[in-house]
Amino acid sequence: MSWDIAMILTVDGLGAASIYLLAGLGLVLVFSVTRVIFVPFGDIAVFGALTLAYLETGRIPPTIALVATLAALTVLVEIVRLIRQGTHAAIPRTVLNWGLLPLLPCLPAMLLAGGDLPTYLTVLLALALVVPITPLMARLVFHPIADASVLVLLIAALVMHFLLSGLGLLFFGPEGFRTQPFLRGAIEVLPGITASYQILLMIGASLVLAALFFVAFERTMIGKALRATALNRVGAQLVGIRPAATATVTFCLASLLAGFVGILIAPATTMYYDSGLAIGLKAFVGAIIGGLSSYPLTALGSLAVGLLESFASFWNGAMKDVIVFSLLIPALLVRSHFSTHAEDDAEEEV
Amino acid sequence: MKRELSLRFIAAFTVVGLILAPHVFGRFTVSLFNDIGMATLVVLGLVLLSGIGGVISFGQAAFVGIAAYASAWLNTSLGFSPWLGLFFAVGFTATSALIIGALTLRLGGHYLPLSTIAWGLSVPLLFGNIAALGRHSGIIDIAPLQIGGWELLSPVAAFYVIWALVGLVAIFCYNLLDSRTGRVLRAVRGGKVLLASFGADIFLARLKLFVLSAMIAAIAGWLYAHVNRFVSPAPFSLHASIEYVFMMVVGGIADLAGAFAGATVVIALRSVLQDVLPIFSDYAAQIQSVVFSILFILLLHHARGGLLKVLSPWLERKPVRNKVGWAETASSLKRRDLPAKGAPLLKVEGVVKRFRGLVAVNEVSFDISAGEIVGLIGPNGAGKSTMFNLLTGTLPLSGGRIEFLGTEISGKSQKEIALMGIARTFQHVKLRPQMSVLENVALGAHARASSGFLRGGLNLDSTEEASIFAEARHQISRIGLSQRELDNAGSLPLGLQRMVEIARSLASDPMLLILDEPAAGLRKAEKRALSDLLARLREEGVTILIVEHDMEFVMNLVDRLVVMNFGTRLFEGDPAAARADCGVRAAYLGEAA
Repeated sequence: MSWDIAMILTVDGLGAASIYLLAGLGLVLVFSVTRVIFVPFGDIAVFGALTLAYLETGRIPPTIALVATLAALTVLVEIVRLIRQGTHAAIPRTVLNWGLLPLLPCLPAMLLAGGDLPTYLTVLLALALVVPITPLMARLVFHPIADASVLVLLIAALVMHFLLSGLGLLFFGPEGFRTQPFLRGAIEVLPGITASYQILLMIGASLVLAALFFVAFERTMIGKALRATALNRVGAQLVGIRPAATATVTFCLASLLAGFVGILIAPATTMYYDSGLAIGLKAFVGAIIGGLSSYPLTALGSLAVGLLESFASFWNGAMKDVIVFSLLIPALLVRSHFSTHAEDDAEEEV
Repeated sequence: MKRELSLRFIAAFTVVGLILAPHVFGRFTVSLFNDIGMATLVVLGLVLLSGIGGVISFGQAAFVGIAAYASAWLNTSLGFSPWLGLFFAVGFTATSALIIGALTLRLGGHYLPLSTIAWGLSVPLLFGNIAALGRHSGIIDIAPLQIGGWELLSPVAAFYVIWALVGLVAIFCYNLLDSRTGRVLRAVRGGKVLLASFGADIFLARLKLFVLSAMIAAIAGWLYAHVNRFVSPAPFSLHASIEYVFMMVVGGIADLAGAFAGATVVIALRSVLQDVLPIFSDYAAQIQSVVFSILFILLLHHARGGLLKVLSPWLERKPVRNKVGWAETASSLKRRDLPAKGAPLLKVEGVVKRFRGLVAVNEVSFDISAGEIVGLIGPNGAGKSTMFNLLTGTLPLSGGRIEFLGTEISGKSQKEIALMGIARTFQHVKLRPQMSVLENVALGAHARASSGFLRGGLNLDSTEEASIFAEARHQISRIGLSQRELDNAGSLPLGLQRMVEIARSLASDPMLLILDEPAAGLRKAEKRALSDLLARLREEGVTILIVEHDMEFVMNLVDRLVVMNFGTRLFEGDPAAARADCGVRAAYLGEAA
């Protein structure tokens, strides 16, 4: 392998790493607050990418129908629950929160979609449409078993991936999309080595978002509430933080991150309804390196995964996924070695 | 008795039904039954691994695939017969499982199930990328099974082979769970320390389970290759693995019969959906996946125990063979020679334990001679529990040494220490609540017998089992619980559970018995019974160390006391002297006393 090729692979790897960085942050966020190992993160990202593709080609994104369906279902389930509990008074509020609020981004999308839109508007609409999906799904799938063991939640998360990829096919169809790059052209970063503006945009956007995310987490009240829940659920509850509400906020943020991932990856790779699992799991390898708890280590892990993937694809394109997923086992071994779990494993009942 | 009968009736009915099935149903239904049979095999292995052993695997289909590809390749590339393929497939899969298991089974918490996703995903990807295995198009024209020149081409012929294998594997599993090894496997979820306390190794137990479940999956994979005569990566994907988990949860995670129930329900449902869905949509396969996902999620929400649990009020039964009747004629297990009364047994010399900056035990020394009862007491935070953990090998020492019968045991593992004849009980009772009192006590005799996987599974262990159970019954009668030996241990009140723990440690024929707060939670009469039992044991030559809070209980029982405070030894001597000692009084009652 020559120096030039190594550099080109490194640039590619950094582009991929920026994607895994955002996804990894989302996974760590969701796990630390809700204990859900959110495997379907990539599926949500795919929805973002496909929504963008639909908007760009002047078609009405099926995401609107998806969000409406999910909102209707959630409202239905919630109302049944409230009636069973006998708390009818809470119904209007529930309809507002779970029915109307998620539909808010659908309205401008319905009005604007179909025309020739400027890029920034398609991006904004795609992001706004993706945000309600995860909290709605999570409310339906995870909320009723929020107190179950990590294992049950993991099974549910895996099942949710198959649910989402099935829904993806039903709503978006089987064809793959690749959107127009936001920026064209390339720049010579080192003598003889060029990097496209698009890749630089990916890296830059991801770093800025990660920084924003970090600041929001450290400085804002909501961020502090999330951190408190992550550190000690019962303690957070005792000081008045409601776990269900923090979970919803968490899933909204995760959804937004997934939206960004989708939008950044859409011009780089052709996306199909089932491309999500690979993205989610690779990001997950990075997040495991961070022990599903440390943001800086997750960033390093994502970098490792991105670079490994890039070099592996040069060595053997077909095997790159096998190589990256296999990294999970050494990552887990190292993690498990350093993590201090209880002397005697507690019994996990399913 | 009645219930056992009705269960036998259900089993007989199922067998007769299966024999008749190919003659009643059409070709299509028989193929469906074949699918159910192969899935039942995989789920049987999964129930052993996950339901019994507590290791959820999201990669079971990968093992099915490894076996299917192994036999297919051997047959199509080298022309070997499918029957040779069976040995190759099972052996190859077992080796793969051994390697994967050795690497991952030490992972703690949720890391272990996550690692299964890694290979559950990688292995089928690997199949799709190896030229010798036909890449994504797979391997075609695999030879069908043959018996004496007769090719089993039709689904009906395959039906009998498949279900005969299901039957054999199921019987093996049932026998296994009800054997010496099986009891350890069923105790795996009780944790490392529990297993070590009777001389078993949790990692080995899990590894054996892991390899066994992979081998059972391999039989299914071998059948798949030679019944369908075509293999491709898709049926071994992560999706398929999760469907097996689905079947297991549908059936009931901890029950072998649930494997059959779950596989039947899921595959029948899939077949119905395949008929119905195409009427509504072109994307029938995907809607099916959506419907399955929704059903799975509803199951997790509402009936995590599975079908058998929902039906359990009508199906309740004892999982154990009735081994009680054998006990009369059984030869007894080998006993240790107890050291002469008064001979030095345990020697603790300048033992130190530091937790970072905190010195929990500081230069503590004491001796125990054979045949005496020694009490280790002290106020809260004195370091008693730490001392206990050091003696049993649960914690490593920071300094000093411990000798047992002249051999240094500091640095040895819990298991090794247990095997040398030091038995223990637990402050927080560690019994397997779903196992009977008898079986819990039988666990204690684990190290005194030797039957392994094969002898257990093939039911060749009757003589030894009879001896183990005779021993267990003897110990249960010693604690006066013979009336309740078949009750689930979890149904006893806490005080009796502590007694069962003592019986379990006695079943190991110990030289030294270390009891961790045995009187906690006991009522007055129970305490007296316990104290009588311990006194009787002393007469029989068993040496006892009691770590205890209850002064009254200890004072009236022990020969000698070791009093600890703030990690140091405050006093050593007889109870009366301890009562008179100023230092002891100060530690318990404050300086003014």
